[in-house]
Amino acid sequence: MIVLEKRPQPSRAWSLATPVLAVVATMVFGGLLFALLGKNPVEAIRTIFWDPLFGEFAFYYRPQLLVKGAPLVLIAIGLSLGFKAGIWNIGAEGQYIMGAICGAAVGLAFYPLDAWYVFPLMVLGGALGGWAWAMIPGILKVRFGTNEILVSLMLVYVAEQLLASMSLGLLKNPEGFGFPGSRNLNDYPSASSWISQDLGMHWGVVAAFIAVIFAYVLLNRHMAGFHIRLTGDAPRAARFAGVHPGRLILFCLGVSGALAGLAGLFEVAGPAGQITIDFNTGYGFTAIIVAFLGRLHPVGILLAGGLMALTYIGGEAAQSQMALPAAAIQVFQGMLLFFLLALDLLTNYRLRLKTREVA
Amino acid sequence: MKLTKLLAGVAIGLGLATAGMAQDKPKIGFIYVGPVNDGGWSQHHHEAAMAMKEHFGDAVEVVERENVPEGADAERAITDMALKGADLIFTTSFGFMDPTINVAKKFPKVKFEHATGYKTADNVGVYSARFYEGRAVTGFLAGKMTKTNKIGYIGSFPIPEVIRGINSTFIHAKKANPDVELSVVWVNTWFDPAKEADATQALIDQGVDVVLAHTDSTAPLAVLEKSGGYGFGQAADMAEFGPKPRLSSIIDEWAPYYIARTQAVIDGTWASDNTWDGIAAGMVGIGEISSEVPAEIKAEAEALKASIESGEYHPFTGPLNKQDGSTWLAEGEVADDGTLAGMNFYVEGVKGDIPQ
Repeated sequence: MIVLEKRPQPSRAWSLATPVLAVVATMVFGGLLFALLGKNPVEAIRTIFWDPLFGEFAFYYRPQLLVKGAPLVLIAIGLSLGFKAGIWNIGAEGQYIMGAICGAAVGLAFYPLDAWYVFPLMVLGGALGGWAWAMIPGILKVRFGTNEILVSLMLVYVAEQLLASMSLGLLKNPEGFGFPGSRNLNDYPSASSWISQDLGMHWGVVAAFIAVIFAYVLLNRHMAGFHIRLTGDAPRAARFAGVHPGRLILFCLGVSGALAGLAGLFEVAGPAGQITIDFNTGYGFTAIIVAFLGRLHPVGILLAGGLMALTYIGGEAAQSQMALPAAAIQVFQGMLLFFLLALDLLTNYRLRLKTREVA
Repeated sequence: MKLTKLLAGVAIGLGLATAGMAQDKPKIGFIYVGPVNDGGWSQHHHEAAMAMKEHFGDAVEVVERENVPEGADAERAITDMALKGADLIFTTSFGFMDPTINVAKKFPKVKFEHATGYKTADNVGVYSARFYEGRAVTGFLAGKMTKTNKIGYIGSFPIPEVIRGINSTFIHAKKANPDVELSVVWVNTWFDPAKEADATQALIDQGVDVVLAHTDSTAPLAVLEKSGGYGFGQAADMAEFGPKPRLSSIIDEWAPYYIARTQAVIDGTWASDNTWDGIAAGMVGIGEISSEVPAEIKAEAEALKASIESGEYHPFTGPLNKQDGSTWLAEGEVADDGTLAGMNFYVEGVKGDIPQ
């Protein structure tokens, strides 16, 4: 009989191996799924994982990986700080929306002024918007002990309503013939986050890399990082070590909110271009997967963000090229998280073959 | 001398390349906002695409992408098709407008057709249907068939196309029944069966017994089937819900347009256009009126349809006032296309405000 036995220490080897194994398992079972749908599984897997990087049109897809991966990494880095300390910000999607609205509003307020300081002010607006939205669950938790998971998640839906209202009202393009949606910021050079559209470079990509370095230094070289890790591993010990739980909650939620807000701002001022009713496409939720796939480690998150972006870009290509249904690609992406969580068990537990003892 | 030789070589090379490409059969792309089995808008575009493919047989290749979010992802989906050699790409949702224009700038040789938008370019045409003509007929039926004198309308987004539909519905419901009241519920989505069902239920709870939907799924009809009210097919015929609750339907007939535009690409005569056709051109169809509707009402509805089709009657003919009571159209005056295209006000008698 096989039993699970808790390891005295989480296995380091397994914690590194499970993401890789999860990807391999996803490829195998995803391939099976595609085969059952009557498609060539090898070709499907190649279209998803290989072609965007080295195929005929890689010159277009590689920059797109940056565009798709940057917001995921930026948000996931912020979330990972809180997750490490057991502070669950599930509402990054809402903070992402609020960052985009506030940042875009700053830019649109200056339209059509051509000045160097417009974009930096928008960045500030984006970060503040996301931060303020995350402070709501933060302050409610510190003051009244509410559950930050519920409050932050519910605020996503509030933010979505606000987004719809902004696209239809306050931020609506005055030259848009009454159609919803703001002016396109790509037509306003002072407010654009693009550095080079052909290379997929916008300031959000730069910010994502900076965030990775910043998080790495914070966690490994800084007292705040030590407090975060300590609170997650041993909350009681953290209190003895002088960690102020309220302050830590506000810090973690604030940082993750600000980073999500920044991601929203860079997206609206670059790839998306405008505030529309359907502006948000789930980066805030996908980033949760990215954070865990990356083991809550900054470098891991960078790699996981790249992998996630690859399954998106490759999945899209497979859809049009091989006529795979969109749902099959979503199942494929879901498998990745499923296998990761399932295999994760092996980090903390080991399988033991046990002979039944005779009573 | 050398340079000219080089240039000549390049020119020949390019010439050969284009000649080689011309031999390929035209590749026609379609981008849908919803799944191709939504039972409404996207499915109908998909079916029209398939009808077009059948018409041309092996002469064309069709590529499709479903469930494309509006925004940055749409731009990539369209670019992806253009890169892989599509000659003509239909982007079938309003939110694909800016992405279509952006991609069109990068691929001047590829032709684009955007549904329900207003931005055109040398290689971007737009097309839409005068759904409000169909709304006149369904609105008339709704006014006649309601017993509680309360009809409901599920609005997707408060864009001119939807506002036109609401106004046309109300004007003609009122003609059929002067006591009729119209309530509008906004769901802020084109396709979300759960939300659409909730909205329908909310309307029924307010005493509404006829619901018109401007969303893409069959969920409202499914709810009405249980509650005993009436509804209409939207975008597709939805005949499976007849004779009750489905009284009739507004059907989008895209196939003839897709065939014509593909033919133009094959012939090399394609040029940017701005098409806005209605019942007369066959772009808007009215589904069979159900046996639930008494014969004389059915005849009146069909007469209304015929008068719109012949051009004798325009659904927006004065006297009409705006919601605030100010005059919009004087007696006998007909609304111009410019005002209709950007319509952002309710006509007199519609309750509530357009969300801002």
